[in-house]
Amino acid sequence: MKKIEAIIREEKLDAVKKALEEKSYFGMTVSEVSGRGKQKGIPLQWRVGEYRVDLLPKLKIELVVLDEDVTTAIDAIVRNARTGETGDGKIFVIPVETVVRVRTGDRNEAAI
Amino acid sequence: MPINTGDTAWLLMSSALVMLMTPGLALFYGGMVRRKNVLSTIMMSFVCLGLVALLWVIYGYSLAFGTDHGGIIGGFNFLGLHNVGQTPSTIYATTVPHLAYMIFQAMFAIITVALFTGAIVERVKFSALLVFSVLWLTIIYLPTAHWVWGSGGWLAKLGVLDFAGGTVVHINAGVSALALVLLLGRRRGFPQDPMEPNNIPMVVLGAGLLWFGWFGFNAGSALTSGGLASSAFVATNTAAAAAAFTWMIISWIHKRPTVLGTVTGAVVGLVAITPAAGFVSPMAGIAIGAIAAVISYYGMVLLKIKRGMDDSLDVFACHGLGGMWGALATGLFATVSVNPAGANGLFYGHAMQFVKQLVGVASVGGFAFVGTMLLGKLVDLVMGLRVNQSEETVGLDISQHGERAYGGFLR
Repeated sequence: MKKIEAIIREEKLDAVKKALEEKSYFGMTVSEVSGRGKQKGIPLQWRVGEYRVDLLPKLKIELVVLDEDVTTAIDAIVRNARTGETGDGKIFVIPVETVVRVRTGDRNEAAI
Repeated sequence: MPINTGDTAWLLMSSALVMLMTPGLALFYGGMVRRKNVLSTIMMSFVCLGLVALLWVIYGYSLAFGTDHGGIIGGFNFLGLHNVGQTPSTIYATTVPHLAYMIFQAMFAIITVALFTGAIVERVKFSALLVFSVLWLTIIYLPTAHWVWGSGGWLAKLGVLDFAGGTVVHINAGVSALALVLLLGRRRGFPQDPMEPNNIPMVVLGAGLLWFGWFGFNAGSALTSGGLASSAFVATNTAAAAAAFTWMIISWIHKRPTVLGTVTGAVVGLVAITPAAGFVSPMAGIAIGAIAAVISYYGMVLLKIKRGMDDSLDVFACHGLGGMWGALATGLFATVSVNPAGANGLFYGHAMQFVKQLVGVASVGGFAFVGTMLLGKLVDLVMGLRVNQSEETVGLDISQHGERAYGGFLR
């Protein structure tokens, strides 16, 4: 089992969600995050002058899938989150030791 | 004189309008600071509705408007509102109950103290601010209000015109703000760390309430409900409009037309028209407002960007510079055709009026600056004006008030 953490543009959430749904990946957790990469931030204005905000709002999608599903899920995310400009985000894949479904107590594959 | 019910209704309504400006200012200021200091910033304004209102009825009104002593200060004859009752005063606003005039004036004192707090938000110690405010009201505001508006005040006798408080309210607050910034120094991290406003819609709401309340401030200062109030009302609105629009254009020339800049412009226009509102034609409001925006904008560039001075919410640039320009502009644009009790300004062939306005600006501004420096230094030596490093880092909402503005996980 692997956890996929994808940092994406806010406006790409619906497309990514839909693509994952089509591949039957329903479960996910989405959170609002701030971060920076090569995009380096944007200038904002005060009454006079401006300041740079270098942590930009992004969304983080977390989902846990079976090892053999990792490639399909990543493809779905990349294809739908990509614009080609800096700031498209990153995907991290992390091994997962245990999964527990709180309602039933099911473990691992049965709980995904 | 018998009581005029129309005048009384308008003055009581105006008092309520001016009262609303202080919570409006709290929101205007509160939206511009970082989220950890929202409540503390709001509190610095709102607390004046408690503190200053009490001081005003106990002794403030008496020292500002009581029997004159040497043109410098009022007497103790109105202490605890003694002799301030339901019948009109024989000197001030003679067609309305004396109490109505007194409470109208109370609202001006309240907001003036609230105004200067914007310069020192995010670092001033709340207890020290309260002590300083009591001293400042007593030693700076009450005498200067007497000089300009008190019967026998030396600037009033000289013929300095200040319709609704350009010198007493705005120059006083703006110049004192500058002195406090010099005493307290910058916020930690200024200017290298970005200090992002937490809620600009709240700033807009506050500016809207200020604009609304300002009709009471300026048109109410006619103290009657007739033509003069109407003229001041239109001049006020026109100046705010001109300044808001001008600021937006300047901001656009430099980059984008910001919302924060546009509402700031409106407030600066309102500041500048304040001393002039009932002495100039409504159309003069266009020039007064537009020029105020230019002066205030480039004043801010000079002080904040070039000099790196941390007048956090630009009180000196908005109220100090805006107030000075407004007071001087009164000496340019004033005309007796609008208000026979006023005077003609430079543009109407009376250059002396401009000189008198200069004297008003210099004396009130100079007194406020030196006085604030001394009082501020005194409070700093006795109890410290600034919070310590960890209190500042965690934010004043938690360290000074034990609250936070946007708490909790549950929605």
